[in-house]
Amino acid sequence: MIEKLMNIDRRIVFILVALAVIIPSLLSVSFPITVSQPTRSAYDYIEALPPGSTLMIGFNYGPSSLAELHPMAKAVIHHCFQNKIRVIGMTLLAEGATLGDGMLSETAGEAGAVYGEDYVYLGFRPGATQVLLGMGTAIDSVFETDYAETPLAEIPMMADIKNYDQIDLVLDLASGSSTEWWIVYTNTRYNQQIAAGVTGVIVSQMYPYLQTKQLIGLMPGLLGAAEYEKLIGKPAKGTEGMSIQSFAHLLVVGLVILGNIAFFIQRRRAE
Amino acid sequence: MAELIGIWVAALLTLCIFSFLYRDNPFYRFAEHLFVGVSVGYGIVLTIHQGLIPFAWDPLWEAFTEKQWEGLVRLIPIGIGALFFTRLVPTHGWLIRYPIAILIGVGSGLAIPNVMRADIFQQVHGTLAPFAQIHAGELGPFQIFGVVLMLIGVMSTLTYFFFSVEHRGVVGGVSKIGIVFLMIGFGSAFGNTVMGRVSLLIQRVDFLLADWLHLI
Repeated sequence: MIEKLMNIDRRIVFILVALAVIIPSLLSVSFPITVSQPTRSAYDYIEALPPGSTLMIGFNYGPSSLAELHPMAKAVIHHCFQNKIRVIGMTLLAEGATLGDGMLSETAGEAGAVYGEDYVYLGFRPGATQVLLGMGTAIDSVFETDYAETPLAEIPMMADIKNYDQIDLVLDLASGSSTEWWIVYTNTRYNQQIAAGVTGVIVSQMYPYLQTKQLIGLMPGLLGAAEYEKLIGKPAKGTEGMSIQSFAHLLVVGLVILGNIAFFIQRRRAE
Repeated sequence: MAELIGIWVAALLTLCIFSFLYRDNPFYRFAEHLFVGVSVGYGIVLTIHQGLIPFAWDPLWEAFTEKQWEGLVRLIPIGIGALFFTRLVPTHGWLIRYPIAILIGVGSGLAIPNVMRADIFQQVHGTLAPFAQIHAGELGPFQIFGVVLMLIGVMSTLTYFFFSVEHRGVVGGVSKIGIVFLMIGFGSAFGNTVMGRVSLLIQRVDFLLADWLHLI
């Protein structure tokens, strides 16, 4: 029995994980979400911004991380439009260019926001370091035009936004190292306030920056999205996903415990 | 109609990728190669349109057609960048050293002071500054416990990575405490990674059940 358990076919584990996700999806179960302090800090900061403030969002993720970061982006952008906070979208990764454009347009459509007045999408420029440092001097020295190739000088919203001095918060949605780039080149050099929403894989690396207040808030993966949706009172994909996630986590925890019990029994027998 | 075709293509490619969970097969390899090819092609085209054209081509074009001669200054970085291609000519391959030297020099010059401040000075300050708050009586018992625990974690983990002294006696004991903190860190990273990976699965299952099969 123990030997069978230790040599279980990995495909059985895959089937169990698939069932743990598919069955709750079909049954539409939901669990309560409690909001963690790092997500609340990001929400509180944005909530405290007066109407007319400016938030810059970095869509620094590709399609492979869309599941975790898109719901988060949607929740934050909704919050901004609701509070009349202007949004500037941009990306340091080529893969993020169309994702950011699509997400901003979709959410603006739902919220009735107007392009050029309530939000602008700058798109992508290669050379992350140069982009981050260049925007500290003049945004239009890096992005002479927006993503649709309209000169920034012709966009009403950009008339009074020249560099980081006019940006109240940068929110980096990241699946890689971009949050560290923002901290190193923008927070350290220009004292720009930064919050981050990152994938589960890299969230552990970000906590030291939260403790030192180099990040004013941090949203961890799909959980961060669910928490933010709760804070703005708009449950959506993040909330749905976290309820399903709980079943998968229970299964993984169960399998880890079972595997450890089997391992220790087998080792005792061998001794 | 175009949306329907898109959904079917995405669904079939998703199933091709999932088929790897059973075993490696031609459907998986087809989807994988397609993904890599499309990603690289997309990256190249976007970099040309968002980087090369606005920063190199347009200023030069305007210099010659609209007599905006300041655009000719761009010839200097373009020329230095073009030296990368000398790698393709064996007799002049040594010229690539110049753009590499400039990149490394500028990159290091920009990174080192900022990284030192962000990742070392501010982190050390963040570890020690709360003790001033303890001294001023601003922190409660649980917060004080957290501050002390963090200092123990930092010091013991650093001791574990200090290899100039043999890990025996007091140093060995402290480094073992460091291992405990490292294990807790790895456990946290593993838990978050599981959450991230399951999120991806949930999104794909949601797509297949809702958008493709209309079951939910």
